[in-house]
Amino acid sequence: MYENKKLGFLFVLPFLLGVLLFKLFPFVMSLALSFTQYDIINPPEFVGLDNYRELATQDPLFRKSLGVTLLFAMLAVPLRVGFALFIAHVLNFRMRGINFFRSAFYLPSILGGSIAVAVLWRFIFSQHGLVNIALGKFGIEPISWLADEHFSMWTIVLLFTWQFGSAMVIFLAALQNVPIALYEAAECDGASKRQQFFRITVPLITPVIFFNMIMQMVHAFQEFNGPYMITEGGPLSSTYVLALYIYDQSFRFFNLGYGAALSWVLFALVAALSGLSFWSSRYWVFYAGEKESKR
Amino acid sequence: MSGASELILVRERGRPWLRYLALGAVAIVMLYPLLWLVGASFKSNTEIYTEIGFWPAHFDFGAYAKGWKTSTEYTFATYFLNSFLITIPRIVVTVISCVLVAYAFARFEFWGKKLLFSVMVGTMMLPLIILRLPQYLVFKEVGWLDSYLPLIVPSAFATDTFFVFMLVQFLRGIPRDMEEAAQIDGCNALQLLWHIIVPLLKPAIISVIVFQFIWTMNDFMGPLIYLSTVEKYPVSLALKMSIGATEEVEWASVIAISVLALVPSVTVFFLAQKHFIEGATSSGVKG
Repeated sequence: MYENKKLGFLFVLPFLLGVLLFKLFPFVMSLALSFTQYDIINPPEFVGLDNYRELATQDPLFRKSLGVTLLFAMLAVPLRVGFALFIAHVLNFRMRGINFFRSAFYLPSILGGSIAVAVLWRFIFSQHGLVNIALGKFGIEPISWLADEHFSMWTIVLLFTWQFGSAMVIFLAALQNVPIALYEAAECDGASKRQQFFRITVPLITPVIFFNMIMQMVHAFQEFNGPYMITEGGPLSSTYVLALYIYDQSFRFFNLGYGAALSWVLFALVAALSGLSFWSSRYWVFYAGEKESKR
Repeated sequence: MSGASELILVRERGRPWLRYLALGAVAIVMLYPLLWLVGASFKSNTEIYTEIGFWPAHFDFGAYAKGWKTSTEYTFATYFLNSFLITIPRIVVTVISCVLVAYAFARFEFWGKKLLFSVMVGTMMLPLIILRLPQYLVFKEVGWLDSYLPLIVPSAFATDTFFVFMLVQFLRGIPRDMEEAAQIDGCNALQLLWHIIVPLLKPAIISVIVFQFIWTMNDFMGPLIYLSTVEKYPVSLALKMSIGATEEVEWASVIAISVLALVPSVTVFFLAQKHFIEGATSSGVKG
């Protein structure tokens, strides 16, 4: 039965069609579009590398947007992954009420992407919002979180970090696979908790740290709801991430060719950074039982 | 879940209260914004702006009534119904397609399987935003704009690869003994799927349902791009509309509707959390 090749292929057919129709074809098409000028009304006109040339040389908004996106990813990804690891580590002990904490930390990452939470965020960081009321209790002057370009980035970074729960759950699973015997042996040899964490826990779960970093990076580069709803890209484009710029060019101004070129820059960026991470992983990711897994 | 709790491995030593203190503090920071949102929805406009506590001085349901009516000719009943009209069919087609594909990947040998599996894992890392524009053009070409089809149909082709991956990982952890026994008893592949695999996969399928429910309810960019008639808007777009219309935002009613918008997701989360945290966990990178 399991060797029935036709049957297996039949079951996988929906996926094959889906990949071709909804992933591969649009993927190639967006590359083709990026070499055109297209306003949806008139037929696309081939312009060669013009779009890329324009965004590289004549578009200050693109440069700004690229910088904002990189800054956002550089702040938000390590914060989210770091928090997730730290909390998972603290939760990885036999303790009462662990299910409560697990749910409490997981809930924001379930709801966090919704518009309702973006609305909430916009409100609590507003001039008279919750955060400023709280700061006022400590005698701190209200901060214009959303109107001051030095702070606006932090509001969306905090929203991203707040949703560390999904990465935390994956870390928890990994931590529970670390053999207890290793800790016991280390304990006998007089290793401190800190040493145990950095010498045993972290090295053994580097594959999962790597996985979470890559996945969260892909998420961070696409972050849209937060900047769109909370700061609307502003003030002074300080939160105008590439995803927002792509949306504006493609679906508001209907510069479809330019939008496609922008999205290919985003893709190239993510691909390059993933490639770099995979390359660097040779030096810091440790796969236990590597030979076994290659059977 | 019972399995997962028993797995907690390192025995507590040292000062547990310190751990509780830290976790408690983080939990408060994590949950307070949501708690405050619920409290604020019953507050008066001035109280929202001055009070940090979440308990309202006195309960005022006016914001709900006002928010529910909206500034459009439709009430939020329409928008909620629309959300379900997208979400429920999408869940059905997702579960069917993803289970079939995961079954194929986990239990069959066929030509190109390894390559296809790598493609699947690869597409999990593909930023979906670059596919939006061409997908939009395709759906425009087939005349599906301003309908729910672009939001539902791709899921019928197992395009939500995360779920396939999750189900495959789950299936790999299940021994094949029962299937072999059933095969000897003369079950064919479909009977095997229905009578053996699906019951075994139940926790993972629940995870798929919950995730897809919440993600589709949360989805904003999809409806924003494909839908243009207000009558067809789901909750996420309607909420955006209620805040974007004027500079003078009626915060009390916006907050009240935000609370309502979160109710379905929170309910599903708490109903199914045991299953689906476990499902997410076992889909993880372990083993």
